[in-house]
Amino acid sequence: MKSTQALDPDDRRLIVATQGGLPLVPRPYHALAEALRLPVAEVMARFARLLETGVIRRIGAVPNHYALGYTANGMSVWDVPDEQVDELGEEVGRLPFVTHCYHRPRHPPAWPYNLFAMVHGKSRAEVEALVAQIAGLLGAASRSHEILYSSRILKKTGLRLGG
Amino acid sequence: MSDLPVELDATDRALINALQGGLPICAEPYGAVAATLGLSDAEVLARLARLLEQKTLTRFGPMYQVERMGGAFVLAALAVPEARFEEVAAAVNALPEVAHNYRREHWLNMWFVLATEAPEGISAAIGKIEVVTGLKVLAFPKIKEYFVAMRLAA
Repeated sequence: MKSTQALDPDDRRLIVATQGGLPLVPRPYHALAEALRLPVAEVMARFARLLETGVIRRIGAVPNHYALGYTANGMSVWDVPDEQVDELGEEVGRLPFVTHCYHRPRHPPAWPYNLFAMVHGKSRAEVEALVAQIAGLLGAASRSHEILYSSRILKKTGLRLGG
Repeated sequence: MSDLPVELDATDRALINALQGGLPICAEPYGAVAATLGLSDAEVLARLARLLEQKTLTRFGPMYQVERMGGAFVLAALAVPEARFEEVAAAVNALPEVAHNYRREHWLNMWFVLATEAPEGISAAIGKIEVVTGLKVLAFPKIKEYFVAMRLAA
């Protein structure tokens, strides 16, 4: 884990101004510069630094899986040896249908799983077939696994920094 | 979900896939992406606006990682007795630290994400949930995240 980055007040203003999204105009960084009364070169340099330090993962689109018809959402969880989890996690993450992949702690004995891979499909049957592909990839390294389907979104907001 | 999936044409899919790689930082970034797809920047902007409006995209812009800002983002779960599910969901959702909350079909039937501006906020939020609900929170902080790239079939 990289160390955290100190954010100065102008970084925070930039984040607050864009946490809802980037302006949809031909010159979005110029629009932000004008709104925040900063030179455009500085806005671009700050974004470049935030990207480089990982404060911004990327500037991109977040697809809504439900709207795209991927209504079956299965969180597959796997019990794999800790000494292999990084190697296996990288491989599972490369599968094109896995949308999130994490090493997380076990809570034995109730929860033996340490590798989480989110799979979206157009039906549960499709999710099961995709999870079977993960099982095939993991082979004997997986001692057990489960699929936890989501049945309801109870809340969905994002992080909101205060202004 | 009763909503029918929206129809995306091949250009929408190519655009979403192209944007998964990240918008560049330059004077006219939409124009730069448009050029790789053989489109005009006006068409890219119009398509993005439509994809957002019809909620095909949840958002478009910088994807911030709160952990790298000194904050924290932790997945956690509760085993909620069915008879108390709605009451506990309301209590958990009432906390501003709860960013997402999903019901899942499992004995651990409530899975939520806590997002706070400082790491200490996580244990405080977990403490509040345990006091309010009388249930034990299992925390699943990420130990490592593996790279993924979602691709839509063209």
